[in-house]
Amino acid sequence: MYAPHTERDIQAMLEVIGAKSLEALSSLPRGLKIEKPLDVEAPLPEANAYARIKELADANSAARMLSFLGAGAYRHYQPPAVPWFATRSEFLTSYTPYQAEASQGSLQAIFEWQTYVSLLTGMDVSNASLYDGATALVEGVIMSMHANGRKRVAISRGVHPMYRAVLDTYAAGMGLEVTEIPLSANGLTDASKLDASGVACVVVQSPNFFGCIEDLTPAAKAAHEAGALCVSVTAEALSLAVLKTPRESGADIALGEAQSFGLPLGYGGPYVGFIAATREHVRRLPGRLVGETKDVDGRRAFVLTLQGREQHIRRELATSNICTNQALCALIATVYLATVGSTGLQAIAAANLKRARELKEAVCALPGFASAHEGPTFNEFCVRTPVPAATLAKRLEKQGILAGLPLSRFYPELDHDLLMCATELTSSDDIKRVTAALAKETERAVAAV
Amino acid sequence: MPSLLFEMGAPGRGSRFVADAGGAKKYLPADLLRSELPIPDLAEIEVARHFMDLSGRNFSVDRNFYPLGSCTMKYNPKLNEAAAGFPGFTDLHPFAPDDGAQGALQLLWDMERTLSALFGMAEFSLMPAAGAHGEITAMLMAKKHFAAIGQGSRNVCLVPDTAHGTNPASAAMVGYRVVSIPSTSRGRTDVGALRSRLDGSTAVCMMTNPNTLGLFEDDIIEITQAVHDAGGLMYYDGANANAIVGLTRPGDMGFDLLHLNLHKTFSVPHGGGGPGSGPVGASAALAKYLPKPIVVRAADKSFALDWRRPDSIGPVREFWSHFLAIVRAYAYVIVHGEEGLRRNSLLAVLNANYVRAKIKDMLTVPYDDFCRHEFVCSAETLKKETGVRALDLAKGLLDAGVHAPTMYWPHVVPECLMIEPTETETKETLDAFAETLRALVKQSHDDPASMAELPLHTPVRRVDEAQVGRQANKGIGLRWEPPPNERAR
Repeated sequence: MYAPHTERDIQAMLEVIGAKSLEALSSLPRGLKIEKPLDVEAPLPEANAYARIKELADANSAARMLSFLGAGAYRHYQPPAVPWFATRSEFLTSYTPYQAEASQGSLQAIFEWQTYVSLLTGMDVSNASLYDGATALVEGVIMSMHANGRKRVAISRGVHPMYRAVLDTYAAGMGLEVTEIPLSANGLTDASKLDASGVACVVVQSPNFFGCIEDLTPAAKAAHEAGALCVSVTAEALSLAVLKTPRESGADIALGEAQSFGLPLGYGGPYVGFIAATREHVRRLPGRLVGETKDVDGRRAFVLTLQGREQHIRRELATSNICTNQALCALIATVYLATVGSTGLQAIAAANLKRARELKEAVCALPGFASAHEGPTFNEFCVRTPVPAATLAKRLEKQGILAGLPLSRFYPELDHDLLMCATELTSSDDIKRVTAALAKETERAVAAV
Repeated sequence: MPSLLFEMGAPGRGSRFVADAGGAKKYLPADLLRSELPIPDLAEIEVARHFMDLSGRNFSVDRNFYPLGSCTMKYNPKLNEAAAGFPGFTDLHPFAPDDGAQGALQLLWDMERTLSALFGMAEFSLMPAAGAHGEITAMLMAKKHFAAIGQGSRNVCLVPDTAHGTNPASAAMVGYRVVSIPSTSRGRTDVGALRSRLDGSTAVCMMTNPNTLGLFEDDIIEITQAVHDAGGLMYYDGANANAIVGLTRPGDMGFDLLHLNLHKTFSVPHGGGGPGSGPVGASAALAKYLPKPIVVRAADKSFALDWRRPDSIGPVREFWSHFLAIVRAYAYVIVHGEEGLRRNSLLAVLNANYVRAKIKDMLTVPYDDFCRHEFVCSAETLKKETGVRALDLAKGLLDAGVHAPTMYWPHVVPECLMIEPTETETKETLDAFAETLRALVKQSHDDPASMAELPLHTPVRRVDEAQVGRQANKGIGLRWEPPPNERAR
C-alpha cells in the first residue's frame, strides 16, 4: 500500500541485481514457504480502514462516561500546544539519537527531561525514560540489588498492586524474594512492622494506592540503618509539584509514572516511566542517558553517554536489557512541563486538591458513606460504601458514570471500599451528579436485598 | 544554538491554566509540602520557538532516508496517527469496565489472532512494551516452563555471535549463562558448533532469521530440531521480521517463542527511541505461560480481559499493552492484508538487494549472496588504502541528508556498515544514495584527510564523547545545573 514501486521499477531493479523475480530473491528452504492463505482478513482500502477503526473507537462507551477513575492512570487537561509541538514529524519519525550530529533536537529534549525529573524529585540524576512506572520499579529494585548485592526486597502493600504484580513476575525469574510491609488502619505503611535487615531496598509509594500521602522518612531511616536503599514510587507525578520531594524524604532512588504530564489515558499506554537517583548510583542507572558536551567547533552539543552500561555494548553484563524506551512520551511530558511551567503545575495540582476535597466531602456526607482513612490525600481517596463497592460501580456504569475503582479487584477483603479520583477536569456539576447517583443507587441496592 | 528551557522564561511569565484554587497549603499541612518548585515559567511562544528550533535539529523519516540496518525505518503512514488519535481510544481508561471497552478489546483480539496466523504461533500477548521487553517476557516464560516440568536446572542460553545485544542481556536477567555460537564463512550459524554446545543444561537458543547479516538461516529446521532434541526451546527475535511476513512463519521453522517489534515491521513510528511495542507469541505448549490479562471472546461474542490464567508468569507492565501503538499497527495490518504484507516483504528484500548490487563495486560485501531485507558491507579495504573508516563514510552521509547506516555491528565484520533501505523507499532515492556513497568513496581516495572533518553542515559536528563520559561517571553533566550564585540563593 505504501511501497512506491511500479512494475517498471521492479523489472529494472531485478535486472541490476541479476535476479529473475521477486520470489527468487526471497526463496526458502523446502517446506517453509506459506502455501495456503492464512486466517488474515482481506485488505481494506484506506478510507474503509479509517472508518473501521473509528467504529471500533466509537464502540468504547466508557471513553465518553463521566469518570472518577484514577488508580495509576489520570485524566488531566492537555494544553493543545503539547501534542502540536511534541508530535511533529521531526520528533515522531526520528530514530534513537545514536548519531548526535543528526539528533540534537531529540538529545536536547531528553537532557531537558532528565533535568525536569531531577528537579521534580530532588534527585541528582535521571535517565532518558523507562516503559512505565511498574517496570521502573523493577529497574529500581535491580539497581538496589547491584548496589548492595542483596536479593530481598521489602515493599509496602500501599504500592500500586499492578506494580507489585509486575515485580513479582520478574522476581520469580530473578530469584528475588519480595516481602510485603503491611498497612496500618489509617491506610499508611506501617513502618513499625518493617524488618529491613538483609534487604536490598525498602519500597514505599506516595501518594499510595489508596490516595494517602505517606511520610517516607521512617522507612528511609530503617532502610539506611540496615544498609539498604530507600526507593520511592510515585504513580501520580502531578503530586510532585506540591509534595515534599522523594529526596527530602530520604529516598535514594525515585521512580514512577509520568502519564499525568500530558499523556492520554489511551487504555493503558504508552505512558512514560521515570527513574532518578542520587549521584553515587549513576553508573547503575538503566537505559539511555544524555550528557552535555561540545562539538569540534566548540559549540554546545548533547550526546548519549555512559553507553558502557548498556546492552548494545555490555551485552550480558549490562545494567538492564532495555533498548527502545519511551522517548516520544518523555518528549510530550517535557513539552507539557515547559508549557505549564511552575505556575501552571502548582495551580493544576491545587485544583486537584480542591476538587478531590469537594468530592470527598460530598460523598462522605451521604448516609452510610465514610472516608476509609483519616489522613491527607492528593487527588484520590478511598470511600467506604454501605453496599459492596463493585455493586454500586456496576449500577452507576449503567447511568454513564465510572464511579471509581472497587478495591475488591486487588484487595478482596476491602469489598466495601471504592477508590475515587477527582482532577482539575472534574466540575462541581460532575460531583453533584455522582453523589446523587451514589445516593440513589445505594437506596435501590439496599431495597433489592 | 537553542538555549535550554531552564535558561529561558522569567518569574511571573507563567499561566495557571485552570481556575485559581489557592495554594496547596490551603489543603495540606506545611510539613508535607515542598519548599519550592524550581522549574521555569515560560510564555507559550517561547515554548513554540524552542521546540520548533529543536525539531529543525533532527533527522526524521518524513524528511530523510534512514538506511539503518536492523532498525527498519520505514515510512509511518499517517492513517496510523489518525487512528491512534480517536477520542474513543485516547480517553479510554485502562480500568474501564469491559462492557465499555468493547471496541478496544475487539481490536486487541483481532490483532492477537492476526499475528498468531502470520507468525504460526498458537497465541500472542500484546503486553510487552518493546522488543527487549518481549525478550525478557519470553525468558521468564521459559524459566517457568522448565521449573514446571522439573528441569529448572537448565540454565544456558545459546546466542549467535551476530545477535542483538538485548538477547544476552535479557537472558542474563533471569540468571541464564550466555554461550555464544560462532558463524560460518557463509555468514550463517555454525550448526556443528551449535550441536557441540547442546546438552542437558540447554534452556533456550535465541536467533533471528534472517540473521543480522541479512542472510536467511537455511539450516533453520536442522537447528530447531537439534535444540528440541536436547530438550531446549527456540526463541525467535523478530527484529528482522520485515523480510518474512507473509512468506514464511517462525512457527513453521520450529520456534516456540518469539517477539515482534511493531515499531519496525508494522510501521509504528520510532518516536526518537520509543515507545515501541513488543508482542510475544508462543506455541500451543507454552501459551499458558503468556503474561496476563489476555483478551478472550465469550460465547455471546463479547470481549473481556481474562485474568484467570493460573500458569501465566503474571503481568509484565502496569496496564494491558502499549495500546495506542497497537492501534497504529492494526491500521497497518488491515490496509495490507496478507497479500499486501507479503508484497512489502518482497519489496524490502528487493530494495536491499538493489542497493547491494549498486554499491558492491565500491565497498566489500563479504557475503555476496542474495540478501534479505538488509546486508552488511565493509570499509576494511578502503581503510587499508586510505585510512578512511566506516565511521567517516557514515558521517559524510549525514551531510547529504542521509542518516548513517548501522555501524561496527555485527562484530564479525570489520569496519562494518549495515544497510536496510526498507520497502517504502523509491528507486530514485536508492539511486541517489548509491551516488552519494560513490562520491564519498572517491573523496576518500582523493582527499582522505578531509573525510575526518565530516560532517560539515549538520547542526553540530562531531562531538567530544570522551569528556562527557568522564564527567557522567561522576554524575555530572547529565542535567542543567543552576548557576552557582543561584544555588547559594
